[in-house]
Amino acid sequence: MAPPSSRRPGYDRKAQYGLFATYVIAIVGAIVSLLLLVVSIADPAGFNALRAAGNEITRPVAAGLRALVMGVGNIDEQIAAYINAGSQNAALRRQVDANRTKLIEADAIRQENIRLKSLLRLTETDAGTVAAGHLINSTASSAARVARLDIGSGNGVQSGMPVRAPEGLVGRVLRTGPNTADVLLLVDEGNVVPVRRTTDNIPGISSGRGDGTVEIRALNTERNPFKPGDIVVTSGIGGIYRPNIPVAIVARLQGDRAIAIPLANPGRVELIVVQRPFRPEEAAPRADAPAGEAPPANASAP
Amino acid sequence: MPRYDNRIGRRRTRLHLWGTPVLSVMLGSMLVAILPIVAQSPFMPPAGLMMLLAWRVLRPEIWPLWIGFPLGLFDDVMSGQPIGSAGFVWTVILLALDIEGQRHFWRDYWHGWFIAALALTFAVLAGWAIVHLSGHGGALRLMAPQLVLAIGLFPFVVRLCAVLDRWRLP
Repeated sequence: MAPPSSRRPGYDRKAQYGLFATYVIAIVGAIVSLLLLVVSIADPAGFNALRAAGNEITRPVAAGLRALVMGVGNIDEQIAAYINAGSQNAALRRQVDANRTKLIEADAIRQENIRLKSLLRLTETDAGTVAAGHLINSTASSAARVARLDIGSGNGVQSGMPVRAPEGLVGRVLRTGPNTADVLLLVDEGNVVPVRRTTDNIPGISSGRGDGTVEIRALNTERNPFKPGDIVVTSGIGGIYRPNIPVAIVARLQGDRAIAIPLANPGRVELIVVQRPFRPEEAAPRADAPAGEAPPANASAP
Repeated sequence: MPRYDNRIGRRRTRLHLWGTPVLSVMLGSMLVAILPIVAQSPFMPPAGLMMLLAWRVLRPEIWPLWIGFPLGLFDDVMSGQPIGSAGFVWTVILLALDIEGQRHFWRDYWHGWFIAALALTFAVLAGWAIVHLSGHGGALRLMAPQLVLAIGLFPFVVRLCAVLDRWRLP
């Protein structure tokens, strides 16, 4: 098949000029795009209004569809629960009995904790919750791992705020619109989180790999101390993330890096909470924190 | 609706004629922003670009060369790429296809699919490089499923555009 010949204007002067103009506009468009690109890479929060407008347009549809998908997605679990009701009932009853004693013990430990903390004059700051919302969709076609929230600056969400789910850390807010916010997920390469191992407080750095896992590197030891099965939580060093938010569980070792799976899977979490950025100096003034260990406060900024 | 309607000389407004392809590309761009999926890796094909290329393969004269700029900017807003990324890549693709169209006169099904595959590969790799430059993203191999999906689904998108084209034309 031969193409139509609209690109060959022949002797028609007007058509020739028109064709020339389309080339000029196209090349100018490409150059302007390049400039916009440089600006948006240099300033990730730029063009916020444009992005917010786009997010606001798609938010109602995405949020509505999300409710539908979550409802349909849980049907199999509900059916299985009906079928297994009898055996599950007995098993759960045994579990409740076992848990009751553990709860009482935990209660006693909590009381003791409060008493010890008051002895040490450590004041427990509040959880710093700003707002609660849902993850409605994500940049599924772009290499950047960014998810969108159905709450925004109207609910007090600002960029830089950490986002967590009951299961663990999800990420931090990148941009906000009136009713939407973009969250840089934990698994993005640009998201660096200071962490520590739960068992012995060995500090480390978690950075995303872009494929649903994160890599954990030790901060101050020569060889990697992390083993499969280790759980890391945020250390609170450098601010932004509050201490003791569960982050990931180490799955395997790769050279001197530990590959870990985030505890909160953003695709499955029901509810997320946006928190105020954590500032270590106002929580507990500590003079003895070694300066070499602490990454700069903006270590996780892209 | 009558069973036999007149398919010749139907009245079509300019909006109908020109709005259909533009709107279909914009809907393709919006697809990723509407689907309620929080993806762990980039697997969704660039549906907006696929629509643009499908219209270009089906009707080579349909797009003015500069259309990549406005439609690309819209795609950037929806896809979460840095603003200007698709605006640049799409314009470059349209310019390259224009030059290619002057060199290779005859075209058929396989030729269309081949140049679309080249264009999609360029777009996915360039998109990854731009995101990587801005300090985000992940390894390059994570883009492979998206690229395979995009090239594999392209003929279906061309069929979809052909159906829209029959509805569009007078």
